[in-house]
Order: sequence, then structure tokens, then C-alpha cells
Amino acid sequence: MPAASNRIIALSALLCAGGLADAAPATAPAAPRAEVLHWWTSGGESAAVRTLADAYRAAGGIWLDTAIAGSEQARAVALSRIAGGDPPTAALFNASRQFRDLIDQGLLNDVDAVAEREHWSQFLPAVLLDTLRVNGHYYAAPVSIHMPTWIWYSKAAFRKAGIAAEPRSFADLFAALDKLKAAGLIPLAHGGQAWQDNIVFRAVLANEGGADLYLRILRDRDPRAIASPEFRRVLLTFRRLHAYVDAGSPGRNWNDATALLITGRAGVQIMGDWVKAEFASAQQNAGRDYGCIAGFGPRSPYIVQGDAFIFPKSADPQAPRAQQLLAATVTSGAAQLAFSSRKGSIPVRADIDASTLDYCARLGVEIMKDKSRQLGNDEAYLTPDQNGAMADVLTDYWNRERDVAQVQKSIAAALRD
Amino acid sequence: MTSVIRRRAPLRAALNPAWFALLPMALAAVVVYLGSFLWSLRISLTGSRSLPLHDYVGLAQYQRLFANDRWLHSLQNLAIYSPLYLAGCLALGFLLALLVDRQLRGGGALRAIFLYPYALSFIATGLIWQWLLNPELGIQQAVRAWGFPAFRFDWLVDQDHAIYAIVLATIWQGAGLVMAILLAGLRGIDPDILRAARVDGVPGWRVQTSIVIPMLGYAFATAALLLLTAAVKLYDAVVAMTQGGPGTASEVPAKFIMDHLFGRANLALASAGATVMAITVVALLAPLLYARGRAARVRA
Repeated sequence: MPAASNRIIALSALLCAGGLADAAPATAPAAPRAEVLHWWTSGGESAAVRTLADAYRAAGGIWLDTAIAGSEQARAVALSRIAGGDPPTAALFNASRQFRDLIDQGLLNDVDAVAEREHWSQFLPAVLLDTLRVNGHYYAAPVSIHMPTWIWYSKAAFRKAGIAAEPRSFADLFAALDKLKAAGLIPLAHGGQAWQDNIVFRAVLANEGGADLYLRILRDRDPRAIASPEFRRVLLTFRRLHAYVDAGSPGRNWNDATALLITGRAGVQIMGDWVKAEFASAQQNAGRDYGCIAGFGPRSPYIVQGDAFIFPKSADPQAPRAQQLLAATVTSGAAQLAFSSRKGSIPVRADIDASTLDYCARLGVEIMKDKSRQLGNDEAYLTPDQNGAMADVLTDYWNRERDVAQVQKSIAAALRD
Repeated sequence: MTSVIRRRAPLRAALNPAWFALLPMALAAVVVYLGSFLWSLRISLTGSRSLPLHDYVGLAQYQRLFANDRWLHSLQNLAIYSPLYLAGCLALGFLLALLVDRQLRGGGALRAIFLYPYALSFIATGLIWQWLLNPELGIQQAVRAWGFPAFRFDWLVDQDHAIYAIVLATIWQGAGLVMAILLAGLRGIDPDILRAARVDGVPGWRVQTSIVIPMLGYAFATAALLLLTAAVKLYDAVVAMTQGGPGTASEVPAKFIMDHLFGRANLALASAGATVMAITVVALLAPLLYARGRAARVRA
């Protein structure tokens, strides 16, 4: 860290010197300074965020890093600093309704100038764009697209259980899980925490229910869809998966579940593409040691879970310049490629060559080319409060035998408010 | 003449340097505690989400709160947890205090060992017990490996027993403090009383129940007060051990409030929960404090 701050000082000294040489000191613009608040603290994540900081510095800015472990804690700090009048220049949020209150209260600067100059509307997926663009103004700069409901499998475990082909439907998946169980392995490596139960639910909703039902439930909160027999089937399939987890599942962290796949003790995990960092740090390769299934069938949806920087208003008159430079830098093609390869996500731009990314990411980029297969994450449609209330119902149902009709009623009630 | 003296006395009391010394603390208590309470109360009557707003919605948040399954389940868990935690800590703490008080050789070392868990945070306690109670790693696995393959101890991952696992871990953590408080009380009992009881041939258990425990009344009350506040604000041990799971089986009110305050960006609902908890605690403690105050006045 001292090395980094020395570099910042050296760089700013250099820039100041340049300014002095070129123009009168009074009019010399200081280098844009951006304090960036984010939650990317694990090994792979900090390597990824470093590429953004390097790109910002190369573009002439000064990047001040404020990393806070835990996305919820980081957002809580950002919110209280904004409410307290001491906001960071940029703060990381999920591209979702999480910052809608801030927009409504007039606390964010827009980055329309950058978005229009760079034609964001032409290369950003619509589901991502809808979370950033409110009333025609752009309030956040997207940095990554994660897909939360990948189905990962250990090739070693599949070989041991005698499973020859990759599952192509839920029927195949259940057959594979049965074989894994018969071979004495943990069929489904699952971390029994509410948000992970929720990920499994969304995987079933998107693949078994389909894109249409997904949107009617999460976007429209349609009581008829929630009461429908199709949704009942989704809930039953979701619950059926519970029979394939091991006794140690409740409370387990997602990366401990991934470790079960890495060591070949478990067969399948349903989780976001951030697990690739775990496989990578164990020297395992996509396609060789583990497989990734984005969904079942040629029309299976791709759920877009975006991360984006928001730009709070502040008393500092220089802030908008620093914010716009940041918005332009993090969305540039080169920064997107460098960042995605370390983060495990895919680039937010559809107009760049993704052939250098790993096998699963290329698969994702390919699916994203079909606009009809893009779906927003639950948070893109629901308020954090509605989403949390539904997660409470789902985690309760996952852990406890309950009448499905009751669960449908509870979900309808959770989404009503 | 007498009325003049009577009127001056409070003034003199108010000018007492001790009161000046206490003033900053008193101000902090009023501003920080009472101020925060009033602020929460106000927010709980609004529709605030991520940020505080002033759109008053009456008691709508309280209606929503008491229609919420998770909140009701949290209250129920607290009702199970608090008495067990209190009783467990007091009983175990008292036994430990007696043990250490017997002036055994190594009593000092024992006292340090028993008090040591209290020096750990709830998070560390929770993590240790999470490992111990994890059926794949901890006690269950160890006993099975010793040749009892049918042994079961899976409270932590069992819907019906998860809250008791938390009781167990937090008693282990809290009993040491009770021991330290009661030990101080025990050392304050005049040994002549105990000697007199022995001369009179009073049996040992009777000495404890009729002499020692009543004389430790204030020490027990202090310990109980500390334990009760710890029980009401129970949060970190749950987060470290179960995250409220499996499902919502071990959810507690403080966790409901924290989740809604930040992750779920619903300041108003969280404030309503906090207000309900504060009022409950005051309602429980007020009669207790009143009775104590009365008893003290009667004795004076």
C-alpha cells in the first residue's frame, strides 16, 4: 500500500508539473480525484479492481481505493456517507433497484454526457440499461455482468458415478443426482444460507418455469401467476432438489460448497460465475476439470446480475469531472476485458471480441447475443425489501416440509407490499 | 427558619462537585440514548426506505411488523432463548463460583479458565461452536469415529433444535461473568455466619439455599440484569452460528432489525422493530427497578 500511495503522489506531482509547464498555475486543472468505494476484497476481486484503478490512472485520474468487505456493509457505509453529506466520488452497487431511492431523492449525479458520447444504449443489454437509466438519465456506470444461476459439475465425480453426458434437462439432472447418490458422493453441494437457497430457486424458476413465468412472478408480481399450477410445479421441483444435499449443508459458505466439487466429493453446485475464481485458484480448468451449464435447452434464459458504480452529488465542484472520467474508463473495451477475465464475469459491452475469455464466459457471451434470452436478476425488478421477504419464505420452504399452496400464498403476500 | 433550610438543601446538592462530574455522562445518556430512541420512534411512523423521510404513515409499519411471520417467529425464539440463557448462566455461574470459592489449590487458575470465554467475542464463540456442532466436522463426527456410528448430535442443522444450540454456546460464554460477580458476593459474606451455621449443625445444602443465596440477592440481580440485556440484543452469535437458519428457525429480533436496516433498506420497519423491543425491555425492567428502589427506601 505505501508503494501505491507513493505512486499516486509521484503521478500527481508529475501531472501538476505538466500543468505548470503548459499553462498559468491559476487555470491548471488538477487531476481528477476519485474516491471509489467497493466491496471487492477477495484475492481475485482485488486483482480485478486493480485493473480498473490502473486504467483510471492511465487516463490521468487519481484513484483512491476504499474497499469494505461485504457488499451489504459497503452499501450501508455508502448510504450513510451520502446521507451524512460526505459521499465518496463513486460507490459500487448492484445494477438494481438498490439505488432507486437515491435517484428519487435527487442525490446522484447523472453521467448522460458520457453515456451519449459513447452510445451506451447501443451496446448495453436492455435489462442492464433499465436499471441504470431512469427517466431518460443515466445514473450509474456498469462494470460487470455476472450470471447467478450456473449449474457447475465436477467431471471427476461424474466419471466416478458413471454419468457420460452433460444433463440437458431437469429429468437428466435428477437422473445424474440419483447416480451420484448411488456412488456414495454428495449429489448437490449446497450452502444452506438464505441467499444461496434463493439462487437455486431462481435457477429452477428460469429453467423449469421459463422466461415468461419468471417475468410474471418477479417483474409483474402477478398474483395469478403466483397461484398458477406452473409455479406450483416450479416450487415442487425446487423442493425436490433438497433431497440431494448432505447433512452439513445448513449454514455452509458457497466457497466451501465449491471446494466439495474441486475435491471430487460432490457432483453439482448451482451458483454464480464467481465460483470460477475458486476453481482457478485450485488450478482447475473450465471444460477439462469442471463443466458449466448456463441452462437447459436452446432457449434457456441468461440472468443478468450487474455491478455498477453510482455517482453521488457532493460539495466538491471537481467531482463531476472525476465521475465522468471514471464512467468512461470502466466501460471502455480494454478495461472491460481485463476486468472480466479476473473477476469471472462477462463484459457489459456486446461489441468487443471476447475470444480471450474462458470457456464458460464465452458460452455466456454467445447466449447474451440473443436479446430474448436476457433476463434481469430478481433485484432488478423487486425492491430489496420485497426480495428479502420472498427470500425468507423460500428459505423456510427449502428447509421445512410445507404445503405448497401455503407457500404460494406466502410468496404472494411477500410481493404485495 | 426550617423551611429556608429545606429549600436550600436541594440547591446545595445540585452544586455538589460530584454532580458536576456526572454531568457529561448524564448529558450523553439523555442525548444519545433518549435521542436515538425518539429518532427511531419518529422514523417508525414514516415510510422511510433507504433514507429517512418525513412522510408519516401512522402505525402502518407496526401492522406490517406483526403480520410478518419471521418477526413473530423471532419473538417466539427470544421467548425460548432468554429464560433458558438466564437460568443456565446463573446456575452454572453459581456452581463455578462455589467451586472456585472452596479455596482449592489452583483456584486462581480455575477462575481464569472459567472467565476466559467471556473475553471472547460472540462472533468467535459462535464460530468455535459452529465447528463443534457441525455434524460433518465436530462432536458428532468425533464420537462416531470412536466407534458409536449411531450417535447423533445435529442441533445446529435441525430446524427444531437450532435455537438450543445457540443457548448452549452462549451459556458457555456467559457463565464465567456470572461466576466472577457471584464470587465477589461470596467473598463478601462474613465467614462467622457460616461458622455459626456449622456449629448449629445446619446441613450444607441448607446453608447454601437459606443463607448464601439470599445474601447474594444483589449480586444475582446484577448478573440477571446484564444477562437480560445480552439476551435481548442477541445478534452476533446467531450470525456466526446459523445466520438465522436452517431456514428461519433461529431468527431473533435484533437480526430482523439489522437485516431491514441495511440489506433490505427499510429503515421504517427496522425502527418499528427496534421501538417494540425498547418498549418491551422498559416494561419488563420498570417494575423490577421500582421494587428495588422501594426496598432500598424502606430499609433506609
